[in-house]
Amino acid sequence: MSKRWIVLKRNLLNFWQAFRRNRMGLLGACLVFSALFVAFFAPYLSPYQPNETIRDANGRGLTFAPPSVHAPLGTDDAGRDIWSQLVFGARISLTVGFLAGFIAMFIGSTLGILAGYFGGRIDNLLMRTTDILLVIPDLPLMLILVATLRRLELHISPIVILVLVIGLLYWTTTARLIRSQVLSLKERQFVARARAIGAGYLHIIRKHIVPQILPLVVANTVLTISVAILVESGLAFLGLGDPTKPSWGTMLNFAFDRNAISNGAWWFYLPPGLAIVWVSLGCVLLGNVLEEMLNPRLTSHHLEGEALMVARQPTQPARQEKA
Amino acid sequence: MDTQTTCAGGASQRKMEAQQTILEVRQLHKHFPVRQALVDTLLHKPGKTVRAVDGVSFSIGRGKVMALVGESGSGKTTIARTLIGLEEPTSGEILFDGQMLDDSRRHTRDEPKTPARISLKCLRLRAQMVFQDPYESLNPRATIFEIVAEPLEVHGIAKEAQEREKRVTTALEEAGLRPAADYFLRYPHELSGGQRQRVVIAAAMALEPELLLADEPVSMLDVSIRAEILNLLRELQRRRGVSILFITHDMGTVAYFADQLAIMYLGRIVESGETFQVLRNARHPYTQALLSVVPVPNPRLRRQRMILQGETPNPVDIPSGCRFHPRCPLASERCRHADPELREVEAGHQAACLLVG
Amino acid sequence: MQTPAGGASPLSRPVGLSEPSQNPLLSVRHLSTDFVSLDKTKKGAEVAHALEDVSFEVCPGQTLGLVGESGCGKTTTLMSVMRLLSAAGRITAGEVLLDGVDLLDLSEREMRRYRWKEMAMIFQGAMNALNPVVPVGDQIREPILLHELMDRPEADRRVEELLDLVGIAKSRKDQYPHQYSGGMRQRAMIAMALACEPRLLFADEPTTALDVMIQAQVLELLKHIQAELGLAIVLVTHDLGVIAEVCDSVVVMYGGVVAEYGPIDAVYNTPQHPYTQLLLEAFPDLNRPAETLASIPGTPPRLNDLPPGCRFGPRCPKYWGFCSEQKPRLVEVTSMASRQAPFLQQHWAACHLLEEVASPATVKEND
Repeated sequence: MSKRWIVLKRNLLNFWQAFRRNRMGLLGACLVFSALFVAFFAPYLSPYQPNETIRDANGRGLTFAPPSVHAPLGTDDAGRDIWSQLVFGARISLTVGFLAGFIAMFIGSTLGILAGYFGGRIDNLLMRTTDILLVIPDLPLMLILVATLRRLELHISPIVILVLVIGLLYWTTTARLIRSQVLSLKERQFVARARAIGAGYLHIIRKHIVPQILPLVVANTVLTISVAILVESGLAFLGLGDPTKPSWGTMLNFAFDRNAISNGAWWFYLPPGLAIVWVSLGCVLLGNVLEEMLNPRLTSHHLEGEALMVARQPTQPARQEKA
Repeated sequence: MDTQTTCAGGASQRKMEAQQTILEVRQLHKHFPVRQALVDTLLHKPGKTVRAVDGVSFSIGRGKVMALVGESGSGKTTIARTLIGLEEPTSGEILFDGQMLDDSRRHTRDEPKTPARISLKCLRLRAQMVFQDPYESLNPRATIFEIVAEPLEVHGIAKEAQEREKRVTTALEEAGLRPAADYFLRYPHELSGGQRQRVVIAAAMALEPELLLADEPVSMLDVSIRAEILNLLRELQRRRGVSILFITHDMGTVAYFADQLAIMYLGRIVESGETFQVLRNARHPYTQALLSVVPVPNPRLRRQRMILQGETPNPVDIPSGCRFHPRCPLASERCRHADPELREVEAGHQAACLLVG
Repeated sequence: MQTPAGGASPLSRPVGLSEPSQNPLLSVRHLSTDFVSLDKTKKGAEVAHALEDVSFEVCPGQTLGLVGESGCGKTTTLMSVMRLLSAAGRITAGEVLLDGVDLLDLSEREMRRYRWKEMAMIFQGAMNALNPVVPVGDQIREPILLHELMDRPEADRRVEELLDLVGIAKSRKDQYPHQYSGGMRQRAMIAMALACEPRLLFADEPTTALDVMIQAQVLELLKHIQAELGLAIVLVTHDLGVIAEVCDSVVVMYGGVVAEYGPIDAVYNTPQHPYTQLLLEAFPDLNRPAETLASIPGTPPRLNDLPPGCRFGPRCPKYWGFCSEQKPRLVEVTSMASRQAPFLQQHWAACHLLEEVASPATVKEND
């Protein structure tokens, strides 16, 4: 099994070398990873607690204070530091975004593979379900679901509800994408060869289908995460988040509810908005670049000239091969 | 499931009565139904079928090479796919080493399972297929080692890493890729077309099969590489005694190492026999026409070429009587009504033509 | 060829040469083409020398074969002559004389008048070169209208003539490519190529994907058309049998250079270049089933990583030290067979062994 590691390391190295050259991709990666960094090290990066009121010399709360040396992004209506809230809010936004994204990816890929590989009734059933979900407008449906789940008093944290709702509704695009890939993969000769050897469907899916679609799944997941973050922000803005653990969307909700706009406190609503854009943009750039790079390209036939005819990177010494 | 023991029962029987014929096909039919337009279904119009393989019988001797030659639409690839189990036969029998192929998908449970039956899984242990396109038949994201080890993995053989490595090494080296260890971690796109085809052959030979189904193994390779691969196949046949069903449309390569030759047209074998007998003394008009138009690298050769008009008809609409009669230069009124069977022309040489035998 | 009733066709030219002409219609001299890598992320440009010093001639009524394996530059040669190279291709040297006019000197606008009118091409993978949503008749008519040779009704009649010529029923004029079979599509491509009455036809692997019987039909058609219209044909293929069947002379290419060039008889029966010799031995002959077919170990060279000296050196069984020091030039090989050929009496090969053997008096360089 050590062979696998060698191969994996080599692949990652090749990938990294190619990725390094793509400016857009690097930018996207920087955006995303900086956000992750901030979220991870939140306690060390925030001078105050997010719900701590900053008081001035007289002990009065410093409400709606513009950015200053004490509070780099100013304070909100209760004198709490915006920067600290932002930094802790990153944790919530990113967690929900990533978790929901992963759930959507997982469901979507599995269903896509099943539908694509087995076809027939399974395919029909799944595709009709997808159609139904696509037809119903997202936002109203999610509002209803979240509201219903809360009413049921299942004692689930609102954050978890958000994750579930977003994850369970956003798998459809992924499923469609994966399904069409699998459909075309199924017909390729190396799959026919595997069947001729006697491989069962599990082996074929595991060894032949999944490795081919994995890159696409990765790229698609990143894009789904960006959507999830946006959706979460939207739902939180509408008040469906957890006020005790504010995400960026919740911060926007507070800003709106507590008259930040009429008070001219731009430092209350701009930072969370920009933060959302920061991360979403990063994910989109990264996802697009990944998709471009990892797209399985068509192989060429010998009559069109061997693809090796013009070597792009001489990775091996040109030796005399007695093939 | 331990395939070794379930097939081993056949193996001991094998030793006792080693058959001279490794593969026998009897009256094989493979028809594909054509999907009807909704309108036609409502109007109760009879459905159409593509009769890709329409009554084919032949046998291959142990250690022999048989070439199946035909143009597109002749059904040769469908036969290979049916033999290896990628398609289910519509009717007919396939016997491997004297045992009837038991395609459990078709047979009902109350049919008695006599000992002389072989399951599809066992068949795949002893017969392997070599595909046409070396660029497509290898998983681009699998290493060469994984590709060659795959048949072993699927059938649960050589589970220990060391033994598996040994078998993969043997297979690769026999296929001419030396030193084998150099190739273990490489990917298909790093190899040339000829090398890739060798990998395909190595993977097919990993299980040490008794029968190879080679579907156009060299038609996608350059001319100078073709010879290598053909030589390799021939060497494998001589050294390992593996029988080969060699499917091709290229007459030129057939003379090279096929013992037996069968010409197919529209789902039937129209002529068959020992290679040189068929080539020197072709009796069916289609064979004669084919042989006369195969390009030969000899500019001084002047010959009478029989160029047939039109194209092979669609297997959906097979002509009445002798299926070749619309294009046959020797067709007569009789040919439109009677469907000829394979008749003996000389010892070991048959042709299906009303004007013969 | 029927001319429309009511007057001569504006395109009429003397056709049907009864005797082969000796004057070359197309003369390619020392053509060299490079492909430059356009990838901006790489430091410095990567250059692939796709063609180097390629020369040959084609006379009216003659069929020249261009044979070689994948990557040898045969398609690039055609593209260079027609000046249809991709953005990365650059012709770096040589002349392409069509009836005395150097095509490489022309501007793009002038060149467009030559394309299809003087020389036309049947592309490789003809099946896919047809537009699936346009009726075949319209596609054949397109170049006629583009070159403003006739008005529409006349052009339609011409399309029917062409379909007739290639053996497709006129009633199929308005059908779509998917309704045609493989062989018919190839014929449609031929009809399209002949639309503007070119004098020179390039056929890039015209029969490679076809069944052997259809291949025979298409080759027969090409020969028939050539006899009727006096066309010069350059046939590119990797099939040595097809070349022997239809060509009068042949150029054997390897790794972007000409290895051997001469009349078909001379090259096939007395091949001088080791590559030609091996290639002929590797090609199965139905009438002479050999004990073993020759194979050439190794792979063709990478065009941006060429071996020094002779490009075939690393794989040549007759290799000796000097081969990797200097590139061999095309040297004339005298033989009886070539003297009797209708076109092109000379036989050339690029191999150091020939230069060493021949004395200075009998060695004549390719001009």
